Amino acid sequence: MTRKCLFGVVIVSLFLCGARSASAATVALLNASYDATREFYRDYNAAFVKYWKAKTGQDVRIEMSHTGSGKEARAVIDGLDADVVSLALAYDIDAIARRTGYLPADWQSRLPNDSSPYSSTIVFLVRKGNPKHIKDWPDLINPGVSVVTPNPKTSGGARWAFLAAWEYALKADGGSEDKARQFVRALYKHVPVLDTGARGSTATFAERGIGDVLLSWENEAYLVINKSAKGQFEIIYPSISIVAQPPVAWLDKNVSRHGTTALAKAYLEYLYSEQGQEIAANHYFRPVKNPTGRYRALPFIKTFTINDAFGGWSSAQKKFFADGGVFDQIYQP
Amino acid sequence: MSAPDRSLVGAAARPRGWIERFCRPVSGNRRTSFGDIAIVAISALFLGIFLVIPLATIFSLALKNGIHAYFRAVTEPYARSAIWLTFVTAAVVLPINLGFGLAAGWAIGKFEFRGKEFLTTLIDLPFAVSPVIGGMLFVLLFGAQGIVGPWLIAHGVKIIFAKPGIILATMFVTSPFVARELIPVMQASGSEEEQAAISLGAGGWQTFFRVTLPNVKWGVLYGVILCNARAIGEFGAVSVVSGNISGLTSTMPLYIEVLYDDYNFSAAFAVSSLLSLVAVLTLVAKRIVGRHVGVGTAASASADEELAA
Repeated sequence: MTRKCLFGVVIVSLFLCGARSASAATVALLNASYDATREFYRDYNAAFVKYWKAKTGQDVRIEMSHTGSGKEARAVIDGLDADVVSLALAYDIDAIARRTGYLPADWQSRLPNDSSPYSSTIVFLVRKGNPKHIKDWPDLINPGVSVVTPNPKTSGGARWAFLAAWEYALKADGGSEDKARQFVRALYKHVPVLDTGARGSTATFAERGIGDVLLSWENEAYLVINKSAKGQFEIIYPSISIVAQPPVAWLDKNVSRHGTTALAKAYLEYLYSEQGQEIAANHYFRPVKNPTGRYRALPFIKTFTINDAFGGWSSAQKKFFADGGVFDQIYQP
Repeated sequence: MSAPDRSLVGAAARPRGWIERFCRPVSGNRRTSFGDIAIVAISALFLGIFLVIPLATIFSLALKNGIHAYFRAVTEPYARSAIWLTFVTAAVVLPINLGFGLAAGWAIGKFEFRGKEFLTTLIDLPFAVSPVIGGMLFVLLFGAQGIVGPWLIAHGVKIIFAKPGIILATMFVTSPFVARELIPVMQASGSEEEQAAISLGAGGWQTFFRVTLPNVKWGVLYGVILCNARAIGEFGAVSVVSGNISGLTSTMPLYIEVLYDDYNFSAAFAVSSLLSLVAVLTLVAKRIVGRHVGVGTAASASADEELAA
């Protein structure tokens, strides 16, 4: 008999912990994000919780889920019950919209600046003293240079890096589609390991000591510099790079089910506030506008956008990263 | 390495000395040869490089920033919730797998029926497939794009990316342990005692609890210890279904990965050291219980007969 009771208890407890803990006092909001925003959102969430409490008197708890951007999108599609997503690139949120209908296809027009409250770019992180003299994109394919970057199939940062390299070669003197193809082919010949995400690549480069240069998110590169012994690494700004815009969106269907629509919108809109922008700048993201130099200023770098150079993410994804696309054609391990 | 050269063993008329105290052949009267020593030394070296040194490294890195940092790292809210979730998962999974293992072991060990071979093979399935597939399977079943997932989600029941999913995935991966351990023990103990009990008027449950179970109790315990160790340490399957929400669906192994990715190495190793401690305790418990049950089928059968006698 006791055995039966025990089994009953187990089954009931299984379902109980499945139900969302719905205490009236605190509202929970789940933000599904990517690897390189962990530190930023830790600070931002604390600021938002304080702001929201002062504004509405409501206690809110922000829960975070972080992994590679593509994997995170996949989890949301498979039912990760997120209220908002803040991913590495628009294509991953497009995929959620297309496959689930949780948010409208034109989600990117709902918030300012293509729903990207901060931007970043792709820079080079090299070892102390830059022993291989890496100054710009062509130096990456010099003999004996080993490049670390994640797999563009799974990592958002890696896709930005791939596109930056491509566009550089296309726009260089005498550049052409063929030249660009040759350049990225040569570049990936210099890559000894393709990790699945930005954090994996950073660990490969900084902790395991593999490679001469890491193609990195700018904010991630500064994080490495700050977290490691002084002078161990240097950041190199290439002559041109891409504006990497990590967008944010609320998931209409989920927030209306949770009753968190107003909260989710306020959470994302607050990213554009002075305080949100300042926290982003403190974590080495580039704010939308920095007219008076109010926030931390990062070095100037000549950039291009995905819309100007590639006509947006959908066409870039289809041409370069889909099965049988340019990346599959040029990359042979 | 070549095998010990037996022709040399007789010729080497070294006196029986200190070497024999550490290392001598189990059978035969021959002396310890250089080959024997070399083989033992290689094993010891291998164990040292692959097990002892890494284990020591974990503990030394965990304590690198001092004992206070260590305690701060393992009592931090996220760490506490990860530890709690890990042990809740094990606490739910163990009794269920124990029930399943007893039932399966009893059915296969004590009865003849059609499809027995098939059932035995099926029990091994979670060992045969990669844990990642174990996790995927539940995503395909209970995910928002899955078979029963949409219905469950519409009714407010969350399985995947919530605690039930973690428990289910862990249960799947660890389900064979108790059954695997019990089947040979049950088979070896035969059914004569049960027949005697029933002929003396005992009921079915009475026979099971007073005759069958006491005969296999060490086997049960052995299986439970292994099952527990795996349930606490499972990474792959849990990683697929967890969604990794810090403080909610992060188990200890997942939390260690997060800490490591956060460049928080000493905290990562602090939590790792807790898991390693569980592993060491498991080995000690396994050794103690293993002495009663005997490891491996032949040994366990004879050990069990001794126990029954």
